[in-house]
Amino acid sequence: MSAEPFIHLAGVRKVYRRGKTEHAAISDATFDVMAGELVSLVGPSGCGKSTLLKLLAGLHAHDGGEVRIGSGAHSFDPARDVGMVFQAPLLLKWRRILENVLLPAEILGLPMAAARERARALLALVGLSGSEDKYPYELSGGMQQRAAIARSLVHDPKLVLMDEPFGALDALTREKMNLELLRIWKEAGKTIIFVTHGISEAVFLGTRVVVFTAGPARMADNFQIDLPYPRTLDLKTHERFGEYTRRIYKLLGLE
Amino acid sequence: MTPLKPVAPGARVALGVAFFVLFFAAWAAATFGGYVSATFLADPATMLREGWSLLAVHGFIKDILVTIWRVLGGFVLAAALGVPLGIAMGAYKPIEAFFEPFVSFARYLPASAFIPLLILWAGTGEAQKLLVIFVGSFFQVVLMVAVTVGNTRRDLVEAAYTLGVTDRGIVRRVLLPSSAPEMAEILRLVLGWAWTYVIVAELIGSSSGIGHMIMDSQALLNTGQIIFGIIVIGFIGLASDFLFKALNRRLFPWSLA
Ligand SMILES: Nc1ncnc2c1ncn2[C@@H]1O[C@H](COP(=O)(O)OP(=O)(O)OP(=O)(O)O)[C@@H](O)[C@H]1O
Ligand SMILES: [Mg+2]
Repeated sequence: MSAEPFIHLAGVRKVYRRGKTEHAAISDATFDVMAGELVSLVGPSGCGKSTLLKLLAGLHAHDGGEVRIGSGAHSFDPARDVGMVFQAPLLLKWRRILENVLLPAEILGLPMAAARERARALLALVGLSGSEDKYPYELSGGMQQRAAIARSLVHDPKLVLMDEPFGALDALTREKMNLELLRIWKEAGKTIIFVTHGISEAVFLGTRVVVFTAGPARMADNFQIDLPYPRTLDLKTHERFGEYTRRIYKLLGLE
Repeated sequence: MTPLKPVAPGARVALGVAFFVLFFAAWAAATFGGYVSATFLADPATMLREGWSLLAVHGFIKDILVTIWRVLGGFVLAAALGVPLGIAMGAYKPIEAFFEPFVSFARYLPASAFIPLLILWAGTGEAQKLLVIFVGSFFQVVLMVAVTVGNTRRDLVEAAYTLGVTDRGIVRRVLLPSSAPEMAEILRLVLGWAWTYVIVAELIGSSSGIGHMIMDSQALLNTGQIIFGIIVIGFIGLASDFLFKALNRRLFPWSLA
């Protein structure tokens, strides 16, 4: 690929400081993401995946290397073009579910009538029709997480950062959400970075998988997943699917 | 008994009332039984009789209203100034660094020790009473509100940033609403303390109020009136606490779970 990447990371380093002690969370992350890709990010717990997403979201500054988002063909405004799903739902508990989902639209000053319609449609998509007027405490953890997913999409961001968004869901809902995610991604042409602990989930969803090894995050691998879309569940029996997952297991030292 | 297991609402009321009944029974036994001299402790019947004469003959209602007015005045003053300062300190660390050491120091200055000074400055009028309550409440409100606001979950703030909220918006959209129930709780607590300060202020250099009546009754060795005054304070406190709690429940239904 010769086109300009949408996200360009080169030698990115991130250090957390507390007093005089330093703790390297990411030591060298280098990879590119093309516009419209769905990149799965896998790695052991504590290796710096969430930290990398926070760098991309502009929440933390990096301590070295280069982070560039946006390209000539695809402009990027960090204030309105990012949607993020955190590891925990992080809903505002004093707002009802619909109001939570509407928050980004409200802040960005989007036309509210259209946003409300979109929010309802997204809630339906994640299986939360009927919960619009509930408070977060009235929803289960998995339901709250699905509301957070709807919230991350309501302002139609170009870049969606997802930090183990399906971690709190049961296996069946998770499979369903995977398929929905692929559908949204295909329809809306978004760039998605998807952090997961599920190795087969990473292969199933991604156009590419980036593998980190134990902290401080060092890139272990970065490879294209050469499987056709639309992806269906029987893809998991595909011969190459097995090869890819085995490749990741080996990198993570499980074989 | 299982720890943390809630009791049924009916049983809860019964248990609460039972303590008051026991308390009165013990008091009645000690006084009617002649174990305690009437000079030191009036019996319940005398207390009620004296209380009635206070209300009917001596215009005690006016004293009660004056005291309530003072408490509310001082409390509203302390809250109106203390809450915004506390929010500013909790949200913005340079402001906290500027005020926090002094406020922490001032918090330990006992309000009652200021009374002689405040009498010199403000005389023995209403201003002095309000100032005593203000001194006693203001610094507590500031510090507790600052801590509450400062303890807002970091990740919630981060989530709001990714939703496009600006720096100023964080205060309005995240810090304030998320700490509002606790702030209301702090104010409820401080209102309780304000009642102690007002009585202390009225015991010294005052010509009206519940505290003043108690002082007068001491001169007359009328323990029935003193106890009646104390019980009135207790009931007003109970009522205001109840109202405050009910208001909080209505305003913040989401904070219960
Ligand atoms: N705010 C912070 N301050 C200091 N250290 C932090 C902070 N956040 C994360 N770390 C440290 O940085 C490292 C990477 O953390 P990070 O949350 O990015 O891991 P992760 O890959 O997302 O892990 P998991 O899969 O368990 O979510 C960890 O060692 C963690 O202790
Ligand atoms: Mg993480």
